[in-house]
Amino acid sequence: MNREYLIEANHIKKYFPIKAGLLSRVIGHVKAVDDVSFGIRPGETFGLVGESGCGKSTLGRVVLNLQRATSGEVLFDGTNIHQVNRQENLKLRRDMQIIFQDPFGSLNPRFLVSDIIGEPLRVHLRASAKEIDERVVELMSLVGLDPSRRNRYPHEFSGGQRQRIGIARSIALSPRFIVADEAVSALDVSVQSQVLNLMMKLQKEMGLTYLFIAHGLNVVRHISDRVGVMYLGKMVEIARTDDLFAQPLHPYTAALLSAIPKPTPHRRQERIVLQGDVPSPANPPSGCRFHPRCPMAQERCSKEIPELIEVGQDRQVACHFPLA
Amino acid sequence: MERNILEIKNLTTCFFTDDGTVKATDRVSISVGKGQTVCLVGESGSGKSVTSLAVMRLIDYAGGFIQSGNVMFHGQDLAAKDLDEMMHIRGNKIAMIFQDPMSALNPVFTVGDQIAESLMLHQNMSQQDAFKKAIEMLRLVGIPAPEVRVKQYPHEMSGGMCQRVVIAMALACNPEMLIADEPTTALDVTVQAQILDLLRRLQKELGMSILLITHDMGVAAEMADRIAVMYAGTIVEEGTVERIFDEPRHPYTIGLLQSIPGFEGERGGELYTIQGTIPSITQLPTGCRFHPRCPHAIDKCRKEEPILREVVTGQQVACWLNEDVSNHFRNNQRANSIAGSKAEVNRQ
Ligand SMILES: Nc1ncnc2c1ncn2[C@@H]1O[C@H](COP(=O)(O)OP(=O)(O)O)[C@@H](O)[C@H]1O
Ligand SMILES: Nc1ncnc2c1ncn2[C@@H]1O[C@H](COP(=O)(O)OP(=O)(O)O)[C@@H](O)[C@H]1O
Ligand code: SF4
Ligand code: SF4
Ligand SMILES: [Mg+2]
Ligand SMILES: [Mg+2]
Repeated sequence: MNREYLIEANHIKKYFPIKAGLLSRVIGHVKAVDDVSFGIRPGETFGLVGESGCGKSTLGRVVLNLQRATSGEVLFDGTNIHQVNRQENLKLRRDMQIIFQDPFGSLNPRFLVSDIIGEPLRVHLRASAKEIDERVVELMSLVGLDPSRRNRYPHEFSGGQRQRIGIARSIALSPRFIVADEAVSALDVSVQSQVLNLMMKLQKEMGLTYLFIAHGLNVVRHISDRVGVMYLGKMVEIARTDDLFAQPLHPYTAALLSAIPKPTPHRRQERIVLQGDVPSPANPPSGCRFHPRCPMAQERCSKEIPELIEVGQDRQVACHFPLA
Repeated sequence: MERNILEIKNLTTCFFTDDGTVKATDRVSISVGKGQTVCLVGESGSGKSVTSLAVMRLIDYAGGFIQSGNVMFHGQDLAAKDLDEMMHIRGNKIAMIFQDPMSALNPVFTVGDQIAESLMLHQNMSQQDAFKKAIEMLRLVGIPAPEVRVKQYPHEMSGGMCQRVVIAMALACNPEMLIADEPTTALDVTVQAQILDLLRRLQKELGMSILLITHDMGVAAEMADRIAVMYAGTIVEEGTVERIFDEPRHPYTIGLLQSIPGFEGERGGELYTIQGTIPSITQLPTGCRFHPRCPHAIDKCRKEEPILREVVTGQQVACWLNEDVSNHFRNNQRANSIAGSKAEVNRQ
């Protein structure tokens, strides 16, 4: 069967209860992700951008079933990931992996690098010690680490090398889909480009599909085929990367893109400086969530929630008065 | 020519460590003119923060010391001041802001009290006047409803608002010099844009000089009059923003610029990389500190350390190639810029 999407998320909501008082009464909800739908095609890199707190990581975790959605469904290769038996679930957990931002925090400091990379093999494949060791050597070479250092601790490696350890671990079971959550955000630009090159190389060689979450827009632009823009729990625009950067349709996307400092001193450009702060996701504004800060807002914007609708080939926007 | 407000000359800073005394910066020289913004750029661990801490003499509280060199501020050498004198200069004539606004704010006092405190200390203001001035400062840095905000605690504000409070605090005493160490690194780009706009506006209005530390070449391009590039504790290149971006001459600067996932370059293609990583200050290479990573290294680079010298007006470089074969190198460099970098990638 020829499916368009490898990953399909439909009407995902993830609400976190806010508790207060001695009895921990629920007094409200943080609407971290609020009715988001999108799909990722096989072999593509889907970039997810937006300011911190807008729900990118939560959406990533829900898509991987590391966190249960409040409502909505996630399909992986056509299978609803919430409705699988134990065996199918194990298979899914091999097919879907995550790389985190902080390689130090996500790697157990008391495990040797060979244990860290080999753990998924031990858990999922019940491979022998010798088989695991061979595979660890192979994986370390693949990600550009010196395999002779496999019996060392993560703190003996540099930031970029630790990120490679995290990548080696994530590809150990030959997954099909990887969520990279701010995977290169903490790295210096020279090391960042090394890790990005590695991720692009692995994608080609292994046919990987990426959900690439980052707040660094230059990086997202470089690596992504399509980009989704989130604001306060909502997906506000989805487009092919070149289209989005050439002509943003949502006023928030336009403001976000214009805020990127460009490494070209001759073009210090006029930018759209947004006023005020992002409102709290516990108490989002009515209608369009961007309306209190939107330079284009009209009366209708505070009353009606704009749906994410198709406005062109491969192009969706959630705005009553999109830019053109 | 106008005089420099701040002249850092051959500043060498050391730390006491288990392995003995190690140099974190080595003969660093940077000058900041009146009303100018100088950006200090480089990868993490290159010694940018240590330099700023040394200028403020906060290094003395961080297990380090200035071994040699001068920090001339208005003709006085801050490197030679005793710590009591420095206490008065700090926060009054020179102010500093850090990456994490929370580290500069006290969680148990209102933001108004914190701004007022420094005014009472440095400017001998009465409590009432200081509080009025605090409200004025909050308004100046673009905080809405300052009369309300002045009575709030740091935790009641977003990260961007807190950084504005810190800036308000730093500017309350009208400093002539502001040192900002990665003030927007922890913030979202939209908030970063607000803060950078604010710094530019205040600089114009108050005629302040700024030493801005950043690892983001985009921020440097936008803010700087001059740029100093730091690598492994030394300044490897220094010049006007135009020269650094249009005609970078140090292989490290060139590499840094080429590594940026470009708005111009081919999207999705292989990115330029500088091979290897920055050395630790306890294991510095011999000769040119960049030689193990440098695609142009020659034998001399491994043996002798190049020193920073002016190669054209408005641009200083510390690299042997720029001394001996500068013309050859420049021509090569232009022809090669992107194509050559691809070849480097393949050679690795
Ligand atoms: N486990 C949790 N409990 C309560 N609130 C949470 C939890 N995880 C995330 N949130 C909240 O959900 C919102 C979205 O967070 P997150 O997905 O981490 O955003 P992003 O990755 O875009 O920065 C934030 O307001 C955050 O505080
Ligand atoms: N308190 C300290 N004790 C010992 N070494 C330090 C201390 N602070 C910084 N260093 C070392 O000095 C070097 C420069 O650090 P820093 O100035 O913080 O770099 P940057 O700000 O450019 O990222 C690093 O190698 C760092 O490990
Ligand atoms: S719907 Fe209205 S407020 Fe929302 S982004 Fe569009 S124009 Fe702005
Ligand atoms: S001195 Fe030599 S090693 Fe150092 S940057 Fe110049 S060419 Fe490269
Ligand atoms: Mg996140
Ligand atoms: Mg620093």
